[in-house]
Amino acid sequence: MARVVVDVMLKPEILDPQGQAVQRALPRLGYQGISDVRQGKRFELEVEGPVDDAALTRIREMAETFLANTVIEDFAVKVES
Amino acid sequence: MTLDTVSHAAGTPETALPWAELGLKEDEYERIREILGRRPTGAELAMYSVMWSEHCSYKSSKVHLKQFGEKAPETDALLVGIGENAGVVDVGQGYAVTFKVESHNHPSYIEPYQGAATGVGGIVRDILAMGARPVAVMDPLRFGAADHPDTKRVLPGVVAGIGGYGNCLGLPNIGGEVVFDPCYQGNPLVNALCVGVMKHEDIHLAKASGAGNKVILYGARTGGDGIGGVSVLASETFDSTKPAKRPAVQVGDPFQEKLLIECTLEIFREDLVAGIQDLGGAGLSCATSELASAGSGGMRVELDTVPLRDSSLSPEEILMSESQERMCAIVEPGKVDRFLEICEKWDVIATVIGEVTEGEQLEIFWHGDKIVDVPPRSVAHEGPTYHRPYARPDWQDALQADDAGALPRPESGEELRKHVLQVVASPNQASKSWITDQYDRFVQGNTVLAQPEDAGMVRIDEESNLGVAVSTDGNGRYTKLDPYTGAQLALAESYRNVAAAGAKPLAVSDCLNFGSPEDPAVMWQFAEATRGLADACLELGTPVTGGNVSLYNQTGETAIHPTPVVAVLGVIDDVHRRTPMGFAEDGQLIYLLGDTRDELGGSAWSQVVHDHLGGLPPRVDLERERLLAEILVAASRDGMIDAAHDLSDGGLAQALTESCLKGGHGARIVVPDSIDPFVLLFSESAGRAIVTVPRSEEVRFNDMCGARGLPVTRIGIVDGDGIDVQGQFVLPLAELREAHEATIPALLA
Amino acid sequence: MTVRIGVVTFPGTLDDRDTQRAVRIAGAEPVPLWHRDKDLKQAEAIVLPGGFSYGDYLRAGAISRFSPVMEAVVAAARDGMPVLGICNGFQLLTETHLLPGAMLRNNHLHFVCRDQKLRVENAGTAWTADYTAGQEISIPLKNIDGRYVADERTLDELEAEGRVAFRYAGWNPNGSLRDIAGIANAAGNVVGLMPHPEHAVEPLIGTGGTDGLGFFTSILRKLVNV
Repeated sequence: MARVVVDVMLKPEILDPQGQAVQRALPRLGYQGISDVRQGKRFELEVEGPVDDAALTRIREMAETFLANTVIEDFAVKVES
Repeated sequence: MTLDTVSHAAGTPETALPWAELGLKEDEYERIREILGRRPTGAELAMYSVMWSEHCSYKSSKVHLKQFGEKAPETDALLVGIGENAGVVDVGQGYAVTFKVESHNHPSYIEPYQGAATGVGGIVRDILAMGARPVAVMDPLRFGAADHPDTKRVLPGVVAGIGGYGNCLGLPNIGGEVVFDPCYQGNPLVNALCVGVMKHEDIHLAKASGAGNKVILYGARTGGDGIGGVSVLASETFDSTKPAKRPAVQVGDPFQEKLLIECTLEIFREDLVAGIQDLGGAGLSCATSELASAGSGGMRVELDTVPLRDSSLSPEEILMSESQERMCAIVEPGKVDRFLEICEKWDVIATVIGEVTEGEQLEIFWHGDKIVDVPPRSVAHEGPTYHRPYARPDWQDALQADDAGALPRPESGEELRKHVLQVVASPNQASKSWITDQYDRFVQGNTVLAQPEDAGMVRIDEESNLGVAVSTDGNGRYTKLDPYTGAQLALAESYRNVAAAGAKPLAVSDCLNFGSPEDPAVMWQFAEATRGLADACLELGTPVTGGNVSLYNQTGETAIHPTPVVAVLGVIDDVHRRTPMGFAEDGQLIYLLGDTRDELGGSAWSQVVHDHLGGLPPRVDLERERLLAEILVAASRDGMIDAAHDLSDGGLAQALTESCLKGGHGARIVVPDSIDPFVLLFSESAGRAIVTVPRSEEVRFNDMCGARGLPVTRIGIVDGDGIDVQGQFVLPLAELREAHEATIPALLA
Repeated sequence: MTVRIGVVTFPGTLDDRDTQRAVRIAGAEPVPLWHRDKDLKQAEAIVLPGGFSYGDYLRAGAISRFSPVMEAVVAAARDGMPVLGICNGFQLLTETHLLPGAMLRNNHLHFVCRDQKLRVENAGTAWTADYTAGQEISIPLKNIDGRYVADERTLDELEAEGRVAFRYAGWNPNGSLRDIAGIANAAGNVVGLMPHPEHAVEPLIGTGGTDGLGFFTSILRKLVNV
């Protein structure tokens, strides 16, 4: 079984309140030098059968229509063995 | 990149600007050139284009809206009228209440969660900007057919957005509506209402005066939110290396808004602001031009001092950005330090971005170069006015002639029973608790009544128990049949709901949702509805304090039903006297107040059983509505009734179902000889309510109604564990509950 | 002398004023504490109220646990001071490890606001003495991250030591393990629960019941009797 990972992040220009809240908390906890934090989602898909072009195409379609809301989010698909 | 400064614009009169892409008409662009005596700069064009848009300038609607002022009833209750962020009403004991309902329809279709969330955020900041602590919210919503797949996308997103944002602000959600109709399929209506409370002396206005006073922008950093349109300026005309598209979606940060609320209230408590405005549609363009225009006129802003989330933003984009959770205050120089200190306490970023000046021009600078030099009134208050042509559509006669009275009616008790179940289980009439249970209705600890009650009610003083009640109503089906009457019926129902809860109706806010004003038929609906609403407000003595118009609600050529949503605010001296709708005690007598006529046009029954819309809506008798309201308030004050429920869509069948299920008691109904059982159960005649009267109060109650001339009919008794319409049918409460409560979860969960 | 009960406000706290009101109605004096405060201003007990401190971003309670005031609260709790965490306050108590377990998103994934029946399992804590074991009470529940989880060993330990203070009765609204609505520490001075007793202290308001008042009268009686 192969694992395909889909990372979903808010588009760079979209406000990320969660990331900002974390970023603002860091200096208070003594962690300096982090200029920005953005929070995203990671999906791990266990794929039955070979991860070929056809399978990846289907996964991209799934990510585009379902896992990500492309109005506000980008996604990236990568294969882990 | 060449900065398009004022002097550059003066020297390059022939430079072509993308005014058409920004939605301006040729004559509007010519007028801007005339006002300025030169071509506008890119930044000026951006400001004019957005401020002269339909959304900000009300250019198609304002010739009709002015009736709300011209026909305003005489009242001492109105402390601040139309034109400010929200109207303010005197509710006694030194308290003032501000409330307003607004639309966020289009953004909610594109991105339901964020669209609805930022709708809540926007209306809350409007209320806050008046000087009030927000105390409650409500959301009148309309979606496409309940079983349409797209409704399953849009509705849960909208509901989660309202909950996700509102719950996080700590504002109880105490009412609203959810209506389904295929006409809203591609165009859901997401309206949001907020109520706020303050003392009279705390009222603040959006006005910049006093030369030398500082302009402070505080709240979230400015990003590229909601400036999709204006990007043409940045990307195509002046700098082709910019990202071609900016997002049209604004993302809300309720945590930031909560901080903004508490921070602003602390600033008010220390009396640190001379004027204040929230940033909503059109962002800084709107806030600076409106503040300056309402004040003495002069203002100077250093735009490069605005804290940014995205450093690549151009000056035009900063002016247009609709980033949420921002406010703009005018502060005397001596109070600036304390203002900034309070912001620091609440982790709110605050920046002095300019000052009020002696002159009459709004001047905006970018790193020392002047990029805007305009008379602010010409931007904010003297936009174009259209007298759009309107005409009664040719299909209106046929629609009204298609009488719902001619539809086949149930012929037996058994059939009647079936229709009752069918109606109360239909998506529009079914329980909405699956939706409203996703909203916090308890927070702040002052909620006296919340959905599904007729009106939401909150206590505003813990010592005296003074309270306010609010209801919102609108019926697009009635309004489609007859826009004048439909708008009046929306007001009448909302007014009646407030009175049924025991509060005295005082004032109105409205959200007018219509199709394209470029369609003469839609414009006629709009003209008729506003005329009807203004006439009715005058007659009921409830002034319109403010509201919002949302046009272009249509898919292709097909407009939504004309949908004026009317909110009524009422006051109750002691919330202990409130009247809930649930039947509380066996043996109490059920009275039907008002006249029941054979009126089924636009009714829930005609929609559910026959999928029919035709005929005329119920008649309106405003004199009767006023009398009914007076009786309901007096009976509650004097302890003559224990429950009251307004009769509207679904008629008596719906009202009995809700009152029985809420209270957990059944009802035995005796159909009066003078009336047909079907008409009794399903007619939607206006000006009616049911009440329960303890036996000990029956004589006193009858005497009062008789003396005042309100027809009342004793129709039964609270009893048993079912609705028993004698001689017709019996419906056990368990069966009724299953029918009424299972529908919405089955469709959406 | 009046009993002083501290009510902590973090950025994003919502029910602080409601909790202060409940404390007042019970007859004690509410002492507002700000998240940046380093001392507890002579408070004899502490309530961490509900809300969305720091927007519940990252995790509910994950950022507020590092506030200066929490250092003082945690130290005082370890020394026996009564601490009650309601909703977000309960989430915070688990993040600080004063109470075991954690709170996850409700199993149905929705925010839920309802009048909830609870069974009082332990009437021996500092905050529950005015109830009786087995008593059913009804108070509002309103949250989206209310599903209590802990490993089996911890759950068994809680049960064995009688530290399950409240269980959902009738209906488990969020999928909490073993229907747990609230728990106590071993000493019984620290209690956390998801439902909101401060919203059920006045007839007519909210659900119209006063089943929540017992939390505040319990602590008052305990402190007066000390």
